[in-house]
Amino acid sequence: MQNDRSELNRNLAQMLKGGVIMDVTTPEQAVIAEQAGACAVMALERVPADIRAAGGVSRMSDPKMIKSIQEAVTIPVMAKCRLGHFAEAQILEALEIDYIDESEVLTPADDTYHIDKTRFAVPFVCGAQNLGEALRRINEGASMIRTKGEPGTGDVVQAVRHMRMMQAELRKIQALRTDELYHAAKELQVPYDLLVYVSDHGRLPVVNFAAGGIASPADASLMMQLGAEGVFVGSGIFKSGDPARRAAAIVQATTNFTDFKLLAEISADLGEPMVGINEQEIELLMAQRGI
Amino acid sequence: MRIGVLALQGAFIEHRHMLEALGVESFEIRQKSHIPTAFDGLILPGGESTTMGKLLRELELFDPIQTLIKGGLPVFGTCAGLLLLAKEIANDDKRHLATMDIRAKRNAYGRQLGSFHTRAEFKGLGEIPMTFIRAPYVETLWDGTEPLAEVDGKIVAARQGRQLVTAFHPELDDDLSVHGYFLGMVTGSE
Repeated sequence: MQNDRSELNRNLAQMLKGGVIMDVTTPEQAVIAEQAGACAVMALERVPADIRAAGGVSRMSDPKMIKSIQEAVTIPVMAKCRLGHFAEAQILEALEIDYIDESEVLTPADDTYHIDKTRFAVPFVCGAQNLGEALRRINEGASMIRTKGEPGTGDVVQAVRHMRMMQAELRKIQALRTDELYHAAKELQVPYDLLVYVSDHGRLPVVNFAAGGIASPADASLMMQLGAEGVFVGSGIFKSGDPARRAAAIVQATTNFTDFKLLAEISADLGEPMVGINEQEIELLMAQRGI
Repeated sequence: MRIGVLALQGAFIEHRHMLEALGVESFEIRQKSHIPTAFDGLILPGGESTTMGKLLRELELFDPIQTLIKGGLPVFGTCAGLLLLAKEIANDDKRHLATMDIRAKRNAYGRQLGSFHTRAEFKGLGEIPMTFIRAPYVETLWDGTEPLAEVDGKIVAARQGRQLVTAFHPELDDDLSVHGYFLGMVTGSE
């Protein structure tokens, strides 16, 4: 039986497309997310907004809590490990997690090296601000990419910046002559072969989601229209006034992201959104971790 | 020939690419207004069945699609699509379109670590590649539902009249034969 794990792991990301992956901190929240139509949940002890507020060192979640969420829902369960912390990743793999997020939201464990993700059987999703970061993570074995955005802010500006940057770079690479790709590979600090793929297909070789600061149906529609293949919503749901309702609305918005009449209907009366903080007001830029 | 592809969530573009490779026109169904007065077949793609099941109801697609399938519209469900069509699901309280006489087991191979690729016989098509991603299988079937493929003694493809289901994802491999088989069901040659 042929088992190319990296291909199977990329395939799982394909099944998540057009969907919403929601941060949850308890089994009860996981059930709310599943019932609202989430295509997967991210199990973590504190949503990014609380990590930001609490300060201190932020680590992988308690396996007991992750297991309780795995038992509560039937959809895929993801969990985060620190940048470069391959031991946390090995523990998450032992829990048979469906996807590991090597995440800048947690405190980085290694300021130079990312995890060699090719050594794992479970898939990894990694954040990226631009094409170079995305292709470096893919080369290390990531089978799904998301924009970094700026987690825990409820401010979508960085996710927009990262998605626009990535899409613009994809278009630029497509326009290059073959002999110019060698230089582009050098400039971007990425393997030539991956750039050839981008040049041929005009897209990343893996699924690309938006993440960081998405808090409303309109935010989800914006990111989908900018080329995201699905969205992660972190603090935006369970830091809002009516999580179940907001979650369901964001799911609908991600499917019908260009039906503006429908978006107007589902955006109505969602209760208080998460308060959020502007990027100028924050001291810690998580997106700059691990490039 | 025009084939509709349910495009609420999941790997619907992959199915459209397969149809394109077979020279067949396709379109996406994301809401009620996307269902045309006449079309020839429907594909329910892989993804999350809970997500699609919920959106089918919220977007008022459930009744019209169920009516079309009961009226004989050829339908092809892969993975989550199989679960949408199953009358019974062994380990899930939810039922969706429930038009096909099969009892499916959800996430039957466990979590992502249980996902696998293999090659196996498909009735009438010979040996074909099969990719299983957190896949279900068919536990039992009845009332004229015919098994079309088995892997390790489990039914992974079945047909009842104009309904076809696979637990695996033919849209993820290069082999066009299962889609070809479905198009044969649409034209009446299969």
